Amino acid sequence: MQQTGSQVLFTALKEENVDTLFGYPGGCVMDIYDEMSRQQIRHILVRHEQGAVHAADGYARASGRVGVCLVTSGPGATNTVTGIANAYMDSIPVVVLTGQVPTAIIGSDGFQEVDITGITRTCTKHNFLVRDIGDLHRTVREAFQIARSGRPGPVLVDLPKDVIQSVTEAEPLRTAVSPVEEGCPDLEGLCNEALKMLLQAKKPLIIVGGGVILGKASEIFRAFARKFRIPVVSTLMGLGAFPASDPLWTGMLGMHGAYSANMAVSQCDLLMAVGVRFDDRATSKVSAFAPHARIIHIDIDPVSIDRIVRTDLAIVSHCIPALKTLHRLSDEQGLTPPERQIHAWRNQLLQWKAEMPLGYCRNQNIKPQYVIEKLHQLTQGRAIIATEVGQHQMWAAQFYRFDDPNAFLTSGGLGTMGFGLPAAIGAQVACPDRIVVDVAGDGSIQMNIQELGTIAHYGLPVKVVILNNLYLGMIRQWQELFYGRRYSQSDMSQAPDFVKLAEAYGIKGLRATKPEEVKRVLREGLETPGPVVMDFHVESEENVFPMVKPGTPLTEMAFGNVRAVA
Amino acid sequence: MPVQFKERAISVVVNNRPDVLARIAGTFSARGFNIESISANITRNPAVTKIIITTLTTPETITKVIKQLNRLVDVLEARRLRRPQAVCREMIIARVPLTKERQAAIQELIDTRGGKTVSIEPGSAVLEFTGDREDLEEILTRLESLGMEDFSRTGVIALERSKS
Repeated sequence: MQQTGSQVLFTALKEENVDTLFGYPGGCVMDIYDEMSRQQIRHILVRHEQGAVHAADGYARASGRVGVCLVTSGPGATNTVTGIANAYMDSIPVVVLTGQVPTAIIGSDGFQEVDITGITRTCTKHNFLVRDIGDLHRTVREAFQIARSGRPGPVLVDLPKDVIQSVTEAEPLRTAVSPVEEGCPDLEGLCNEALKMLLQAKKPLIIVGGGVILGKASEIFRAFARKFRIPVVSTLMGLGAFPASDPLWTGMLGMHGAYSANMAVSQCDLLMAVGVRFDDRATSKVSAFAPHARIIHIDIDPVSIDRIVRTDLAIVSHCIPALKTLHRLSDEQGLTPPERQIHAWRNQLLQWKAEMPLGYCRNQNIKPQYVIEKLHQLTQGRAIIATEVGQHQMWAAQFYRFDDPNAFLTSGGLGTMGFGLPAAIGAQVACPDRIVVDVAGDGSIQMNIQELGTIAHYGLPVKVVILNNLYLGMIRQWQELFYGRRYSQSDMSQAPDFVKLAEAYGIKGLRATKPEEVKRVLREGLETPGPVVMDFHVESEENVFPMVKPGTPLTEMAFGNVRAVA
Repeated sequence: MPVQFKERAISVVVNNRPDVLARIAGTFSARGFNIESISANITRNPAVTKIIITTLTTPETITKVIKQLNRLVDVLEARRLRRPQAVCREMIIARVPLTKERQAAIQELIDTRGGKTVSIEPGSAVLEFTGDREDLEEILTRLESLGMEDFSRTGVIALERSKS
């Protein structure tokens, strides 16, 4: 049977169980879009190609499956680069299909030609330029395999127009794409060693990271931490892997981490890091990080080991087999938590938590933290929260108190403003029955505001919560604290009326300007079917605390005026 | 302890694809490592290329480089070649003017350094030498004194002395 390149592409996508593409048509992918009309596949037409990648990324984060986007050559392809880099930094499995000019024209500066494999070489896990229809099927399958295996990441496949248009007689091979995963050679020995270290410790602590969520290992992770009753701190990306409502929960660590978490890391004598890469925002001054601790590091990527923080025991493995082995070995050997030995330590952590919880001062203005608290309350903590980047992102991380994995979709590594709205679209498409909220700032929301059009187009019930302080708030905070209050170019008071803007898109808009309106607006927004934009005029110069100045030890936290109240 | 910057060799076996050198070079440049010398050619399997790279680094950095290289999809194996367990060689070909007065000196250099003559034209000859970096530096100094006009030098190639 004859097949065109487009048909081969859709065959491969179906074999990968792709149900949704996020994309935007253009000259070099018109044949694919034409074929799409005959295929059973959902396509979400975004309003900008950056939105397509972020949506695929949000789809992947919320569902644990590979997100897929399709864009044209040239500007379509370059518009995806930020989204690709974003997925790369956070290890999100995304496949980006880009159109390309015909192979005969490649290299001649043709119309809408760009060397996208060259451009994305350092921000993809891998990329391909398919020059022959005979390679198309295998390459697309391989792209998915690479995206999801090991430490996941984005893979780009560049598809020249003539390859897509050409016809093949060959039946696409139903090749099982060979799994490249290899287990850790001496997992049992290493796990025995880890258990020995854990049981010797008097002040043990676990850091959980995004790798546990990506590895779908939250459940077994929780079981392990609870079995040994070891306190848990989390990185930004790990939020939700361990429930914030658990008594062992000690908070998020890092620049805006909880007092208890940063103190715990700084005083523990054993630190078991699971699925983390020790970002500088998490460790702050590396030489002062966990200074008293022996460190066990479990991670699938050998590059992460000994890269930032020197480990005493490294286990290069997926989280599930490592944690399962730890469980099994401790069962077989009848190991029990060293209760008496770590009792004093756990009390110390409880004391730190009680002494200095995350807090803020109330006044006659809406406090952004209060909005997040109420959002948590009204959604019973069960919403999927996407964020943009900045102060609102940190407040969401601090005050939403995540209990579930795959529920906090945030640009942790790259820090991409404009991520949240399209990511929420992807999450809502993946999880139509969940409440999906984009917590945004007034600056960030304007970076991909055009995606309100997508939300309206598909009637996606995404709720947008704008914490509107008329500033680029995090920039302003740094200027206040480190640049002598010189608010250079961080004033955003020339802002659109977000309610009217929403209405222009055919979306319901609500506003709150006083604390007593917050609950009513949130309730109305959440109860209204379909998309809603909620504009909260919050305290304009509120700061995110605690704050560790970059380059200083985690123990050197500034609390602003929070301390007085806490 | 002083940081030990030394030239260290890595063997990288890769799929022979058009962009594989760019990926490897990109891995070095993106992470701030410098390539001192590079030498690449196909193996007995033309789909597979072996690349020897030397880089001026500390032992710690080279471990990081190798981890980064092993992460590339087209890299089949990247590993360190340690001296003295591995021999490292380079080759030069150099053009020298042929004059009666210098002929004896040229012949002596060829004889003592295991060189050979690969081309003789009226008035000039191209000579070939192999050796380790220090050998070749010395030979180049000698060749300069013989009026060397130009030369071309390969990157380092390296191999372990025995199966380990």
